[in-house]
Amino acid sequence: MSGGLGRRWDLGGLALWVASLVLVGLWAFPLAWAIFATAGPADATAGFFRTYSNVLFSTDLGRWYLNSIVTSGGVTLFVIAISSTCGYAISQIAFAGRRLLWYGILGSFMIPVQALIVNHFFLIYQWGLLNTWLGVILPQLIAPIAVIVYKQFFDSIPQELGEAAFLDGAKHWQIFLKIYLPMNWGVTVALAIIVFIGAWNAFLWPFLAVTKPEMMNVTVSIAQIRSYGVSGLAAALMAGLPVVVIYLLFQRRVTEAVTLSVAEKDEA
Amino acid sequence: MAGMDSQRDRKDNRAALPLVLPFVLVYAALFIYPSLQMLATSFTDGALTKQGAWVGLANYERLLSDRGFGAALRNTLYFVALTVVPGTLVGLALAMVVNRLRGYWQAIALSVFFVPYILPVSTVTSIAYLLTDSPNSPLGGLAQAANGTTIPVWSSAAWFMPSVAVLTIWWTVGFSVLLFLAGLRAIPKNLYEAAQLDGAGRWAQLRWITWPLLKPITILVLTIQLILQVRVFDQVYLMASQAPSRSATVLVHYIYSVAFQRNQAGYASAVAVALFFIVLAFVVLQFQLLRIRRAK
Repeated sequence: MSGGLGRRWDLGGLALWVASLVLVGLWAFPLAWAIFATAGPADATAGFFRTYSNVLFSTDLGRWYLNSIVTSGGVTLFVIAISSTCGYAISQIAFAGRRLLWYGILGSFMIPVQALIVNHFFLIYQWGLLNTWLGVILPQLIAPIAVIVYKQFFDSIPQELGEAAFLDGAKHWQIFLKIYLPMNWGVTVALAIIVFIGAWNAFLWPFLAVTKPEMMNVTVSIAQIRSYGVSGLAAALMAGLPVVVIYLLFQRRVTEAVTLSVAEKDEA
Repeated sequence: MAGMDSQRDRKDNRAALPLVLPFVLVYAALFIYPSLQMLATSFTDGALTKQGAWVGLANYERLLSDRGFGAALRNTLYFVALTVVPGTLVGLALAMVVNRLRGYWQAIALSVFFVPYILPVSTVTSIAYLLTDSPNSPLGGLAQAANGTTIPVWSSAAWFMPSVAVLTIWWTVGFSVLLFLAGLRAIPKNLYEAAQLDGAGRWAQLRWITWPLLKPITILVLTIQLILQVRVFDQVYLMASQAPSRSATVLVHYIYSVAFQRNQAGYASAVAVALFFIVLAFVVLQFQLLRIRRAK
């Protein structure tokens, strides 16, 4: 560790580099191999094309994609709408039961939603919503973390801003829509992305709520096909493709949102 | 609770109501009500789509002597032991790999570790199957070469949980990497520079600077993993089709099979209440540990 040449040929440093390279290689391998494997043994480009067109046109993949897009989009819209408004109210308005609501939201992390599957199923069955988009969406709307993130962000906006508008006669919902929401577009985008990815990847509830193949989300249906050949693998990769694309497009936002959701909960 | 007391004092219920109501309705109907119903159902002999008769504590008495429940509890704790601490250590190691790199290389390494976390569970399990299932697959071939025969990792009682644990760590470690990376970046660079001037080597720097300063984040990652992994279902269920069910059924899977395959919603709810108390214990533990950390 004495600088100059000594540093360049430092054995410990070399070992760390090799270890780093091995770890990156290990983590990249499964996915990289899977992508190459779907090309099949013959001419790569043709094999690739054959496998994927086969999956696209000989299965109901299009329909399953549609189910996933509608239900994940629905979950995202509803979650953002109900939690941004609720977060605003808790942050900015004094109302009866506000403390109770806030502690209720903080305390909800104690109940694992997985424990509620039996009663969610009973409820959705009673409402006649099994095998429907709405039935898949509803139990996924419990996202207390979104309210917490919004509340914390709205808290950090200078009070004078809202107060001035309030004195000018603006209503709370106007202040929310015209000042607080636009000032936090970054937060909304980040939350929307991770809620969408979470809903797209959700397995347990969509798996329970739907039994008809034509109503299944893509992540559930490919697990049901259970053909673990090359085309099964291609379908599995196609199921993950949209979220990977979203991640690659919004890399910074996704990683920000993930750290944010942990940090804000820790703060609260 | 910062900010809560510095608000306008005048109560404005009428303005708050429309803003709060949608969330409160959803929360009441889909969270509070099912939670209370779970508790109530656990005292009945109800079926999945039919309310049952009151049976008192019978379901809970049954829990105590139910071998299936005991096995599910053991399997869950085994899975937790195999994933929580190892996964946290791997996350720390990978975060340090990312932190050593600069520029493009750093972005590439972070993506390599994080992309699996973004994938749906069924994509991950499909890849895992094809990686291991035949002598022609990469890992199956490796086992064949080393061992003379492939190892039936997904159908052997001994191999199943450790294999699912490896798959889980590969899949989800990106989350811990992100948190550790944030922690590493928050450590002031001049601490390392000063240590180098004092002649501290790599190991000494890790031991006396990095590790102590990362302790709070480590506690956070560990407890988050604990609360997460005890509720495991998806990947264990999807890999378990060939495994002996005694050694592959975890708690959430047991709730599912009692309710949906045996149609005993009352008893399944009692199992769910047990899961609730286990998670609650871990949440309280997390709260206490983080509070001690903050008090320091």
